[in-house]
Amino acid sequence: MSSEMYEHMRNNPKFVKLVTKRGRFAWTLAFIVLGMFYGFVLLVAFRPALLGRPIWQGSMVTIGVAFELFMFIFFWLLTALYVKKANGEFDELTQDLIKDAWKENK
Amino acid sequence: MRVLNRLGLALGLLAATVMAHAGPALDGIQEKQATNWHAIIMFLLFVALTMGITYWAAGRTKSTSDFYTAGGGITGFQNGLAIAGDYMSAATLLGLSAMVYGQGYDGYIYMLAFFAGWPIILFLMAERLRNLGRFTFSDITAYRLDQGSVRTMAAISSLTVVCFYLLAQMVGAGQLIKLLFGLEYTVAIFAVGILMMVYVIFGGMVATTWVQIIKACMLLVGGTLVAILAMSRFGFSYSNVVQQATAVHKLGPKLMYPGSLLADPVTAISLGLGLMFGTAGLPHILMRFFTVTNAKEARKSVLYASGFVSYFFNVIFLLGLTGIIIVGQNASFFEGGKIGGKLIGGGNMVAMHLAKAVGGNLLLGFLAAVAFATILAVVSGLALAGASAISHDLYARVIMKGKASETTEIKVSRIAVICLGFIAIVLGILFEKQNIAFMVGLAFGVAAAANFPVLILSMYWKGLTTRGALWGGYGGLVSAVVFVVLSKSVWVDVIGRKAALFPYGQPAIFAMPIAFLLAFIFSKIDGSERAKQEIEAFEDQYVRGQTGFGAASATTKH
Repeated sequence: MSSEMYEHMRNNPKFVKLVTKRGRFAWTLAFIVLGMFYGFVLLVAFRPALLGRPIWQGSMVTIGVAFELFMFIFFWLLTALYVKKANGEFDELTQDLIKDAWKENK
Repeated sequence: MRVLNRLGLALGLLAATVMAHAGPALDGIQEKQATNWHAIIMFLLFVALTMGITYWAAGRTKSTSDFYTAGGGITGFQNGLAIAGDYMSAATLLGLSAMVYGQGYDGYIYMLAFFAGWPIILFLMAERLRNLGRFTFSDITAYRLDQGSVRTMAAISSLTVVCFYLLAQMVGAGQLIKLLFGLEYTVAIFAVGILMMVYVIFGGMVATTWVQIIKACMLLVGGTLVAILAMSRFGFSYSNVVQQATAVHKLGPKLMYPGSLLADPVTAISLGLGLMFGTAGLPHILMRFFTVTNAKEARKSVLYASGFVSYFFNVIFLLGLTGIIIVGQNASFFEGGKIGGKLIGGGNMVAMHLAKAVGGNLLLGFLAAVAFATILAVVSGLALAGASAISHDLYARVIMKGKASETTEIKVSRIAVICLGFIAIVLGILFEKQNIAFMVGLAFGVAAAANFPVLILSMYWKGLTTRGALWGGYGGLVSAVVFVVLSKSVWVDVIGRKAALFPYGQPAIFAMPIAFLLAFIFSKIDGSERAKQEIEAFEDQYVRGQTGFGAASATTKH
């Protein structure tokens, strides 16, 4: 039974749409996080002096701290964005897909 | 069963009271610490509350699904708190605040590396984990591969991770409790071991989850309170704190620069990889994804968990910085009253001293109780993950080939918890004086190199075959262990040789590619009939992973 259902879903254009859209979205976000994080790690390794500089003359806040705090907040906002989209738009598409497969299976 | 429950509860309360009484008998000369009654009373309250919950949970733990995953009925918010709890161990609170205290900005970099894995887990794994798995992550790796051999491999690496992590927690717990509560090391180890067994054996995942949730709340409240009180001394101004901290710290302005900890790029990147992907391979964290109703709730749990973790890391950063001024300039916290000397109780006590400085004995007591509760909750989660690898993977699937009844499977699981508990107690006592710093690193290294590559490939790469998975998994396991053994933390610090054979402390950057490469090569050259079927079976797995159709649900059983 399951296998037939999977067959129906695989052949439904909505499945391709779901997989490509969600996949592209997830990978984009993942690349942003990985890029920023490992970019930061490389800065730590090769340009430590830059991270220790104040964000402006006389400030006690250094570039490194400001950038890190930004990443803590920004990465979390990205997770919120993904959850919102995946639990809304993508899950509706998934439900549609399963309904279609049930219909075809009858 | 009821009688057994009562017996278990009585045992737990007994262990707690014995500890309370054993205090004054302490004969330690060097680290003699007055019995801390505030801490003990607050901790006993925690134990009483969690025992009540365990009793309640025991009545609800009937099937294997109840035992391993709380029947899949935990909400995203609850699970988020529990994941955050699993992730924020006592080592996080004490170790990271101490790192900021000693090294300044380096500690903050560490925390980001600990945190950055979470978004990645959400984007690439959470959904498929929930849709494909049921009780353990081997459910996913063995989904379309050979059950016996692949599950055995996954169980071995899971148990390796669990044992090292558990041992590190136990030894840390013993030393911490000795210091904070004024109890003897052995008594502390027995208390942790026995309480852990009671929670897991009787309450299964339901109790473990609630212990974790309560503790996470306590930790968040306690940490925040100390941070607010400490910051109030500086008019809540970050600039004031940094100005004064850099003025008094021996590093001076270098305090806010990346420092010696991540001096060479290889170590920095390897650490980043190890922490990021190690998180995604820790069995007790992965298991948490199976406790929620569906992929929707799984995603929400990561959202809440990463919110709490990211918030708390920033709180810890403030604890460390304010500690530099409040603790570091107060002679009464140093041995012999010499500022800049050795902190009383060792370097990890910064957060505790800070609590005492800003909130007196009551706050110190509360934070100490939180630290103890934290250790208990984390070891319980670990024990459950280890037990499920033994009972669900090895016993039910490999030995009984899926023919074991639920009752015997749970029984085996409980016996496994008892065994793990005793192993943890015995090793904890044996390793009291050993340098255990390498153990957490090893646990993360094995998780990143043995668990993560095979898991992610099994979800994403059609071409993975049994042979590839076995080579990748064992290859990652062996190389992570070998690299750590040959590195300074074991070869020099434990074995006592002069120079390390492997120059880096972090194995991930070498061990992970080895695992991926072996898995790839041996899958590619696997031309067997079985391999063909496994590759074909990916199609259905892929649809299920994407849509959640056919996934283990909270109400139906398969």
